[in-house]
Amino acid sequence: MTTAAAATGTSATLRHVRYVVAENPVTFFAFGLFTAFVLLAVFGPLIAPYDPLASNTDRALQPPSADHWFGTDQLGRDILSRIVVATRLDFGIAISAVALSFAIGAALGSAAGYYGGWTDRIVGRIADTIMAFPLFVLAMGIVAAMGNTVFNIVLATAIINLPFYIRVARAEVNVRRNAGFVEAARLSGNSDLRILAVHLFPNILPPMMVQISLNMGWAILNAAGLSFIGLGVRPPTPEWGIMVAEGATYIISGEWWVALFPGAVLMLAVFCFNLLGDGLRDMIDPRRRT
Amino acid sequence: MLKLILKRLAGAVPNLIGVVIVTFLLTRALPGDPAAFFAGPAATEEAIAEIRTSLGLDQPLLVQFGYYVRDLFRGDLGNSLSTGQPVITELVTRLPASLELTLAGLLFAAAVAIPLGIMAATRPGSWIDHLCRIVTTAGVSLPTFFTGLLLAYVFYYLLGWSPAPIGRLDPLFSSPENVTGFYLVDSLIARDLELFRAALGQLLLPAVTLGLFVMAPLARMTRASMLGVLSSDFIRTARASGLAPGKVLYGYAFRNALLPVVTTLGMVFSFLLGSNVLVEKVFAWPGIGSYAIEALVSSDYAPVQGFVLAMATLYVLLNLAIDIAYGLIDPRVQLEA
Repeated sequence: MTTAAAATGTSATLRHVRYVVAENPVTFFAFGLFTAFVLLAVFGPLIAPYDPLASNTDRALQPPSADHWFGTDQLGRDILSRIVVATRLDFGIAISAVALSFAIGAALGSAAGYYGGWTDRIVGRIADTIMAFPLFVLAMGIVAAMGNTVFNIVLATAIINLPFYIRVARAEVNVRRNAGFVEAARLSGNSDLRILAVHLFPNILPPMMVQISLNMGWAILNAAGLSFIGLGVRPPTPEWGIMVAEGATYIISGEWWVALFPGAVLMLAVFCFNLLGDGLRDMIDPRRRT
Repeated sequence: MLKLILKRLAGAVPNLIGVVIVTFLLTRALPGDPAAFFAGPAATEEAIAEIRTSLGLDQPLLVQFGYYVRDLFRGDLGNSLSTGQPVITELVTRLPASLELTLAGLLFAAAVAIPLGIMAATRPGSWIDHLCRIVTTAGVSLPTFFTGLLLAYVFYYLLGWSPAPIGRLDPLFSSPENVTGFYLVDSLIARDLELFRAALGQLLLPAVTLGLFVMAPLARMTRASMLGVLSSDFIRTARASGLAPGKVLYGYAFRNALLPVVTTLGMVFSFLLGSNVLVEKVFAWPGIGSYAIEALVSSDYAPVQGFVLAMATLYVLLNLAIDIAYGLIDPRVQLEA
């Protein structure tokens, strides 16, 4: 940022961000929570007080205590440690799934919006076909058919989120494809691909970012739901959905902590992403605020 | 009007074709040899070869697709490996349980979310507006399976208000005579109030769990569209003409605000049918979702495929119904058609 115009632009943006943060402390809180989760995901295995896989049958199903803050499960494993270590896997699944649908959705949607015609019709038909399924059911079908692995969970989550990205990218590119700056770029001899990548792509980024953060929570929820019904992640791997599923048997007989803590953390993570997404949308596109 | 309905019907056909193609491709995507998969782990080489021929797996892909569609038209979705029963009969007998749960969840969600949205829109910034915002943000963050467990723990284990989460009916009762398949309706037809109460008790928690999850989009949309309508010119005119506030709110504003809410029902049903599976597992509800999960656990693929197809078809049909209802409610849509 060397030019004066760019500098005022940045400070204006900063002022706007500061204004939005002051107006919306909840977003700021969500951002703090998000940072905490990311730190847990990165340093989780170092912080965890116990080995998440070490079972100790003498101490099975102990309620929360000073030794085990969140209690122990049916094999005597420390629940806190398992939750902390699971952060990386849950976030990993959600982030890679969202990144995948962002990349593919942006490419397909931009092409559909830019070229129109048959490209548009085929891409639109793909999106419609995916949307013709109840999304979680489609994800179940995909994982069941392609094999029960973590990679397929990522793939299934990416596929069911694809239509949202395609639609945003298509709409944003479509309104700009004959804009002045695109015409200028075309006349100065840029190829279609270069116009899409260099001139149009930066313009679709802000709405896509909002879509990403609104989508993250849903991606985590979806992945945890799939492992709750026994797809994807396999025990004894610590993962929030599986931990809730394992605790489900005990909650009816009063051992609430086995399912409660992983479920609550999962809820907190999804809540954090939804708040963040809402806040980000307010910053980028205040008109869509509801 | 007939023209509109026909047009919407025609619009649903490509979606149905897409659904059939995708479910067909999903069978072919089975890891390894689909014939070995359908034959089960104990099958001999000859049995696998026989199944390969009977499934037509030695034919080109297009021919296989032809067989697949032909079987679909005959209502043949294959047999379950673990029970040996045809998938279609199992789905048909279990479908009413899922539908009853889904509809009860939707009713609960609408009964809470729509008044909440209206009140939030008429008093922006009040505590009810904040409550609405909390509900809409928290509602979509709730993992359905977790809320279900939590409700079961509180209302069954701690308070003892609700019966054990073990399905549609306590084993002490016998199910009512099958008319609609909905226990609530059937028990009323049989004039058995005690049975009705028992069935309602079992249904309450799972339905509330489902409803909590889909309340959010409904409340959010009601509030937003109510706000939009209330600030429009015709409402100002109605108010200026001295109509009673109640008449303005419900006679004019609400009817117009309802239209966008009806369109969100499509997304709401996608949520409902998806989380239905999770809720059925938590409450041991004998619907098609728990059938699919049981089959998944034993790698029994035909039921899962039948389930995906049934759910998708149901969803396409529901969307079609919403579209037609929309045309009936909003005369402008008919003019366009």
